[in-house]
Amino acid sequence: MLARTPGAPASVDAHGWGWRYAGRRAWAVSDLDLRLEPGERVLLLGASGAGKSTVLQALAGVQGGAEEGEETGTLLVDGVDARGRHGAAGLVLQDPDSQVILARVGDDVAFGCENLGVPRELIWPRVTHALAMVGLDVPLSHPTSALSGGQKQRLALAGVLAMQPGLLLLDEPTANLDPDGVREVRASVARVLDETGATFVVIEHRVAVWQDLVDRVVVLAPGGGVLADGRPDDVLSTHGAFLAGQGVWVPGAAPRLPARTADAGGPALLRAEALTVGRSRSAPAQSGVDVTVDAGEVLAVTGPNGAGKSTLALTLGGLLPPLAGVVRAEPALAQGASPQPIRWTSKQLLGRIGTVFQDPEHQFLTGTVREELAVGPRALGLAAAEVSERVDALLARLRLDTLAAANPFTLSGGEKRRLSVATVLAARPPLLLLDEPTFGQDFGTWQEIVALLSELAANGTGIVAVSHDADFVGALADREYALRGMHQDQDHGTGLRVQR
Amino acid sequence: MTLLAPAVAPGRAAGMRRVNPVAKLAASLLLAGVLVLSIDWVSAAVALACESVLFLFAGVSLRTLVLRTVPIWLAAPAAGVTTLLYGQASGQEYWAFGLIHVTDGSIALAVATALRILAIGLPAVVLFITVDPTDLADGLGQVLRLPARFVLGGLAGLRLVGLFLEDWRALELARRARGVADGSRLRRFAGQAFALLVLSIRRGSKLATAMEARGFGAPGERTWARPSAFGAREWALVAAGVLVAVLATTVSVLTGSWNFVLG
Repeated sequence: MLARTPGAPASVDAHGWGWRYAGRRAWAVSDLDLRLEPGERVLLLGASGAGKSTVLQALAGVQGGAEEGEETGTLLVDGVDARGRHGAAGLVLQDPDSQVILARVGDDVAFGCENLGVPRELIWPRVTHALAMVGLDVPLSHPTSALSGGQKQRLALAGVLAMQPGLLLLDEPTANLDPDGVREVRASVARVLDETGATFVVIEHRVAVWQDLVDRVVVLAPGGGVLADGRPDDVLSTHGAFLAGQGVWVPGAAPRLPARTADAGGPALLRAEALTVGRSRSAPAQSGVDVTVDAGEVLAVTGPNGAGKSTLALTLGGLLPPLAGVVRAEPALAQGASPQPIRWTSKQLLGRIGTVFQDPEHQFLTGTVREELAVGPRALGLAAAEVSERVDALLARLRLDTLAAANPFTLSGGEKRRLSVATVLAARPPLLLLDEPTFGQDFGTWQEIVALLSELAANGTGIVAVSHDADFVGALADREYALRGMHQDQDHGTGLRVQR
Repeated sequence: MTLLAPAVAPGRAAGMRRVNPVAKLAASLLLAGVLVLSIDWVSAAVALACESVLFLFAGVSLRTLVLRTVPIWLAAPAAGVTTLLYGQASGQEYWAFGLIHVTDGSIALAVATALRILAIGLPAVVLFITVDPTDLADGLGQVLRLPARFVLGGLAGLRLVGLFLEDWRALELARRARGVADGSRLRRFAGQAFALLVLSIRRGSKLATAMEARGFGAPGERTWARPSAFGAREWALVAAGVLVAVLATTVSVLTGSWNFVLG
């Protein structure tokens, strides 16, 4: 193996480096010239598609060989080709669920050390030390499946730290986390960097999370190369407007917010009374829910992890049966159907309540964006002309027209989110339920979703949005229904807060 | 995540749980291998009797034992009844109806079949509900020296099964929400299964990247954080398996019941 002091901060050198994925015409990254000194802490920014993740994966040596793509120039970690430098760089990715490898916490952290051939007697001290550094205070035999999202990300961090990398790479590590999870992970990373002094590169479009922790910001240009490079304050003040236009959440760049007017007076659409919700009778997620949704209003459902927000949305949406109490569709929504949404046929549900799932991939049914949008109108039995009229209007409204022939699964995160909202709107339901519609979205998509929902509410659609996103709730909600955790203060579990 | 958690309470489990899973695998394969060589009721009954005594030391509660072995208790009489009605007829006939012939021969075969399923199935279940998949992987990698790539890839993949169940539920609800869940159940199932396949491939490739990022597949000797020992306890279990097999065969041959299926 290569001579290298484990854990010593690594340097990075890119000379005219570029990468093109096999089968693609465009280069993901080109003409990259960059030098990172050992111990530098860098925030890597750039438009979506500028190749940020590609750079990180290449630095981590997981890019793959010649069959995966084509390379130009050189990319060196500590002066040696980044490929095949196993353990020199530690990479943490965005999705907490797909980074857990083994069933027990201790074994999962030990996995990297085993692969690097660290002797057994040295592995366990490294494991306990790594867990202590990230502040994950659970027994080594704790099941990984019982961890929260923030804990899973800290587990992944501990897993790479145990390998004692000189270069720590984080690819949007907090995008899928609730605010508590974001704080946990950030605090862990700060502690780790202070202790190890490792060179650090993070990709994140919410700049505020990492701004105070990094000493350098590098912006990749969309067409290749580096657009800006320097101290965080300098780069953000010089290029803030450009970055905000590229979807980056630049501190101080206020989003365009639609003017929301409180106009009570829409008829009630849906009522929940003494409602208990849960996936199964033995595990109620929330009880005592009393809430009404009116036409033209935006109701935000908030609360900590595990308070049953998603389950409540699915129950209100006629997808899960109530465990106790009732969900009643008022005449304005039921339009002659049974007052209980759970009894509706799938087709009756389609024209009445639209549900946007947290993971867009769960609701895609077809092979192209255009087909995907046509599913709803066709199921309603609309004429072909009407179907294509609705589809064309939505394609244009949500800037999906250039992607009409693309496969939904190949879209970017923001495009998938827009498509999943559009598919539901195609059926024009009077009531819309959305589960974390702004989760992990960039600045641009965020503004678009807020504007669209505001427009729908103004035209009389009732909207229920489950959200952790305080900005989103502040911008849009007429009322906030705050769920408390089931195990604290049950009697006063939930309550309404009037927003405006 | 029931697939990843052994079904035994940690406290009581000490006995069997501590035995290397490779030994459990060896013992049950050995027993099954010998018992399928003959179809007679004597060898199966002797094996079953010995096993019943050994179960007392397995550290598995009666309740768990009964719950987990339900499929075997159902399968054994079902196979027995089928053999009783349709098994090879010989000797005195007691009842006939169409293709059904209940004879001395089919009765003997039925008893032998039912007992044999119990004698092979029960110990296999008892041994395997005390197996932790991680320990099994450690054993396969260190004791049997199977390739780490294969063993650990399988182990990590097993963790995804729990996620697939959640995906499946979400897909089902999403199809109802999108207005396409009224049609034929069979057609819907096919579409949903395909969607799950797409999702699982994506999850699998993400997991592979995460594993690679942790040095999985690095050149050089891999080490194992947890020792997987094969000592006296393991040899004792394998010996017990050999003993039961030998005893069952000997009694069967001595009583003239042994009928070698290949002979």
